[in-house]
Amino acid sequence: MKPFGGNVLFLDRSDINTDEIIPAKYLTEISKEALKPHLLEDLKLEGFDPIRDLKGKTAIVTRKNFGCGSSREHAPWALEVNGIHIVVAENFARIFRQNMFNCGMLAIELPSETIDELFRIFSKSETHVEVDFPNDRLTFSNGKTKKTYSYHLSPFDKTLVEAGGWVEYADAKY
Amino acid sequence: MGKTIAEKIFDAHEVDRPFPDVRVLRLDRVLCHEITTPTAIDDLIRRGKDRVFDPEKIKAVIDHVSPAKDEKTALQGKILRDWVRRHGIKDFFDIGSNGVCHALFPEKGFIRPGFTVIMGDSHTCTHGAFGAFAAGVGTTDLEVGILKGVCAFRSPKTIRINVVGRLPAGVFAKDMILGIIGKIGVNGATDRVIEFHGPVISAMSMESRMTLCNMAVEAGATSGICQPDETTVEYLWPFIKGEFSSKKKALEAFLKWKSDPDASYEKVIDFDVSNLEPLVTFGYKPDQVKPVREMEGTKVDQVYIGSCTNGRYEDLEVAAAVLKGKKIHPHVRGVLAPATPEVYRKALEAGILKIFLDAGFCVTNPTCGACLGMSNGVLAPGEVCASTTNRNFNGRMGKGGMIHLMSPATAAATAVAGVITNSPLYAR
Repeated sequence: MKPFGGNVLFLDRSDINTDEIIPAKYLTEISKEALKPHLLEDLKLEGFDPIRDLKGKTAIVTRKNFGCGSSREHAPWALEVNGIHIVVAENFARIFRQNMFNCGMLAIELPSETIDELFRIFSKSETHVEVDFPNDRLTFSNGKTKKTYSYHLSPFDKTLVEAGGWVEYADAKY
Repeated sequence: MGKTIAEKIFDAHEVDRPFPDVRVLRLDRVLCHEITTPTAIDDLIRRGKDRVFDPEKIKAVIDHVSPAKDEKTALQGKILRDWVRRHGIKDFFDIGSNGVCHALFPEKGFIRPGFTVIMGDSHTCTHGAFGAFAAGVGTTDLEVGILKGVCAFRSPKTIRINVVGRLPAGVFAKDMILGIIGKIGVNGATDRVIEFHGPVISAMSMESRMTLCNMAVEAGATSGICQPDETTVEYLWPFIKGEFSSKKKALEAFLKWKSDPDASYEKVIDFDVSNLEPLVTFGYKPDQVKPVREMEGTKVDQVYIGSCTNGRYEDLEVAAAVLKGKKIHPHVRGVLAPATPEVYRKALEAGILKIFLDAGFCVTNPTCGACLGMSNGVLAPGEVCASTTNRNFNGRMGKGGMIHLMSPATAAATAVAGVITNSPLYAR
């Protein structure tokens, strides 16, 4: 299993699409590593500077419909090569969500009130998230406040994360 | 209890239910292009699994950047080309026969009612126009599709949209789908199938149905589906006449994939088009939609007509009717990319390309090109493009560029005026 958790990047916007996560012009790259410097390069978010704001971050918390648009798996790959293996949001676009689990990464959905609370309490400070995968729990802390939340993953999603992805699972089974 | 179209297709294709909410389906078509497939091929080779489940069911095309623009895109083409040869995949479309995948594959008769179709491309939902379940997937799902001919989906929940009323002149499938996305939002059908029904859909051509289903993903939908009918049979007839003794028999067979009257929908939406106006997007999301008249006067630098949304013959015909005998504005660069060689040839023979050329348009070969900012009309920062494509995302056609999505009629009128304008108004 991949390591999950770490310092959190808060992206306070809904409908962040895969073109913003990794622009199409980089889809000519065959190696995932080449995507690394271009993560969130075209994100439309007031005051956001990808180089400054991504530094040291290994988790993302955002709003609704993260990863909408193109089916490109380059979006999770661009996160992965930057060490970001977990995204927490109110919900995800279907293909992006499936791509995350197919790569053995976590796309965790939390209710809108919880997401609101996370932004309220933690988004203005250095925040760390710890993932308790066996017990489906996330713990956020910023030195001052510590909060734990339960999440739900389907058995299939959990299996994919544990198996490290869908290819080996499917080839053995079908 | 009755079933929706997607439920019927799922039931007929299920090979496993590894968990209660997961259905593994047998695939009738795995479609491939040179952007998302080479990474899948590369990974299969690294895993020692360079195999394909069935070369007859895999179709491939080089369409996103063709002809190759640099070494990297040339290499992507080469990986795909070598792979189809290695595995005996006969239906492969390279330079000279290639076109935009979601226009080309239906035109070749590859998509049939009741089929399950995947591709590493979000606009795969287009093929639902034939009464198929067609879904865009990522590279890993594509890889497993290529290797094993299966894909896992959650049980489909369906939103039914009844399109009713009478479509006014100058208003097209593009305006309709922009209107629907504007109403339900870019997250309005996430992880849902949309079934399009109603008299307006029944009266639509297959081309228009494809435009409609193409943008279902812009509302988050897995697939947009139209029920198969006489129009579907008519379109497919050249490809199926050996399989059925008559069109009537074909229709009977296809109606197996009709939704039941008592099917259970998550939501039913009535969308009346009687007062629908030509629409255009503003901002960076496809649900930011306004009537063209409210955006009138917005200056544009480029007009792009093409793509899997609106690069078919019918679209070129509509645009040509507006352009005939006119010149585009001197400050506007007009780019036409017919979606397939067949569309190109037909438009050439009918004199439609001449109308575009006489008006001052540049006509490119069939390719995805500027739609996703990869070639043939990328914008400079601060430039504005009136486009018949499907996404107005920030940076989509080039960093700092702005895209306004619209119908081919509005795009053509805008090219002449140099500013966003309403096509029926323009004709007057």
